[in-house]
Amino acid sequence: MTSPLDATDLRVRLGGESVLAGVSASVERGEFVGLVGPNGAGKTTLLHTLNGTHSPDAGTVRVDGQPVGAQSSREVARQVATVPQETTLSFAFSVADVVEMGRTPYVSRFGTTTPEDHEAVERAMAAAEVAAFADRSVQSLSGGERQRVLLARALAQETETLLLDEPTASLDINHQVRTLELVADAVADGRAVVAAIHDLDLAARYCDRLLLLADGAIRAAGDPASVLASDALQTAFGVPTELSEDPTTGTPRVTAVTGDSPSSSDEEQTTVDGE
Amino acid sequence: MDALGAWRRAGVYAVALTGLLALVVTVSAGVGPVSIPALEVAQVILNGVRLPVGVEFTGGGGGLLRVPGIEITTHAPFEFAVDGTHAAIVRTVRLPRILLAAFVGVALAAAGTVMQGFFRNPMADPSIVGVSSGAAAGAVASIVLPFTLPFGIGLQLSAFLGGAVAGFAVYLIATRDGRTPTATLLLVGVAIQTLLSAAVSAMILFSGDSMRRVVFWLMGHLKNAGWSDVTAAALVVPPLVVALAAYARDLNVLLLGEVDASALGVDVEGSKRALLAISSVLTGAAVAVAGVIGFVGLIVPHGVRLLVGPDHRVLLPTSALAGGSFLVAADTVARAGTIELPVGIVTAAAGAPFFLYLLRTREVYEL
Repeated sequence: MTSPLDATDLRVRLGGESVLAGVSASVERGEFVGLVGPNGAGKTTLLHTLNGTHSPDAGTVRVDGQPVGAQSSREVARQVATVPQETTLSFAFSVADVVEMGRTPYVSRFGTTTPEDHEAVERAMAAAEVAAFADRSVQSLSGGERQRVLLARALAQETETLLLDEPTASLDINHQVRTLELVADAVADGRAVVAAIHDLDLAARYCDRLLLLADGAIRAAGDPASVLASDALQTAFGVPTELSEDPTTGTPRVTAVTGDSPSSSDEEQTTVDGE
Repeated sequence: MDALGAWRRAGVYAVALTGLLALVVTVSAGVGPVSIPALEVAQVILNGVRLPVGVEFTGGGGGLLRVPGIEITTHAPFEFAVDGTHAAIVRTVRLPRILLAAFVGVALAAAGTVMQGFFRNPMADPSIVGVSSGAAAGAVASIVLPFTLPFGIGLQLSAFLGGAVAGFAVYLIATRDGRTPTATLLLVGVAIQTLLSAAVSAMILFSGDSMRRVVFWLMGHLKNAGWSDVTAAALVVPPLVVALAAYARDLNVLLLGEVDASALGVDVEGSKRALLAISSVLTGAAVAVAGVIGFVGLIVPHGVRLLVGPDHRVLLPTSALAGGSFLVAADTVARAGTIELPVGIVTAAAGAPFFLYLLRTREVYEL
């Protein structure tokens, strides 16, 4: 059985700079893959290349065995949905309107939405827990609610694969966990998920497998504990780290060591998260 | 759910606004040096209605639709007794001008709606990609240049070609590797507009006796409109507005950003090309027949958006029809006084305060 999403040796240059230098990755149905790495590692570029919005200079992305480059964006959008990091929601569209845009790859020009579209939208809004404010304007929502609306829009696309770009950035801890629980539900439904997550602890807690992306290449891959324990992690982030076990969740926890680290100084603020 | 009934909602608004347009046209046709009651105008218009009732195969052409060998017989269902002079004024003098105003208003408002959505910028209007400036340069050149243009190109065609060339040039300059970033397009449009304004200014400087004609044309006018203009507009404007409506859903998704739209399955560059081309032809055609009439394409879509919301499936048809009524009303004011004003002055004078009123009374976020 072919992987729903499979990339081989992706190479991307942006503005003369090599951003991805030979990245291979794949995800299986019912698998939650976390993409971790320092700022500027190329996580967003990789996600844009995986969903076909950016064509790689070399390498192939295959969706269900078929090369993405040979398909229309409409065909790809029926198989891969993306939750963007940020989107312009400064228009007075209702939540239902925005979620319904997820049906774009299924609706013809003058076509009206069918009962199937209607049901998909209802299901997606229920799954992402946004049905309660379906008629509200997206402009009136909080950051956490907006993120769930975008997740609902992606779920309404009814794709086998779901890509998420920093779904928990700028959310409070309650909404971070809530959002990732919803993503985990989608994985439990059999979807293949790749999510760029800057918070290593959250990534370790929810993902089945982590990919460490740094300087345009995968530096470590495997189960969360082994990736977070690797020397590659310390090299990638440029900071010594300590691995411990979270007493509550029992999942790996990464702590950046700064106090007695010789590399730390006043002008170098060490942050593992934050974009 | 609201989104599912968008086309239906558009249909209801369209029927209501078509009614409004018919009313405005009827009232407007009564206004002028000879005042004619609206009821009589309506009777004159209804008397002109012809219903095809049969087809006869004859030797020669004839009838309403002249196809050789076929004669379509028609029936006039209304035969109201009306004043002959009044009927002639309405039919030959006022109606062509009014209907042309309606079509031009529809074209400008539809193009403006698309440009505002396309650029995600509330200050965008149909002139933004240089089409209006190009058309103005083409028209002024045909008035001012001491020789007549080849191939029998008149003022209108010269204006239309100028607009098309300018729009196409802006698109080509802003495109690289098959992609046309809207920010680049906007800046190239501004640069080309500036260049063309300089060309127009230079031509005005050397225009001599024809300067008055040039300035009047530049301010926008609907004077001297004839039935041939109306026929041409009727053939061009409605099909193009329908073509734009075909992209209404794509335009909605494009409002969320191009990367997002692409991930949702929209052919971003293809849609942008189509939207730009169609709205440029609409704008070029409008400017060619009526000169540069400002504010219609800016204010009407913005005002209508505040009332019906941002969904282009509803916004585009409503804004187009409202634009028609708006320009007919503005042109009526322009010609009602003792001295006829260029309609562009009226649209600006009436539109700007109305726009400010809407901005202050409605909750406006962005666009």
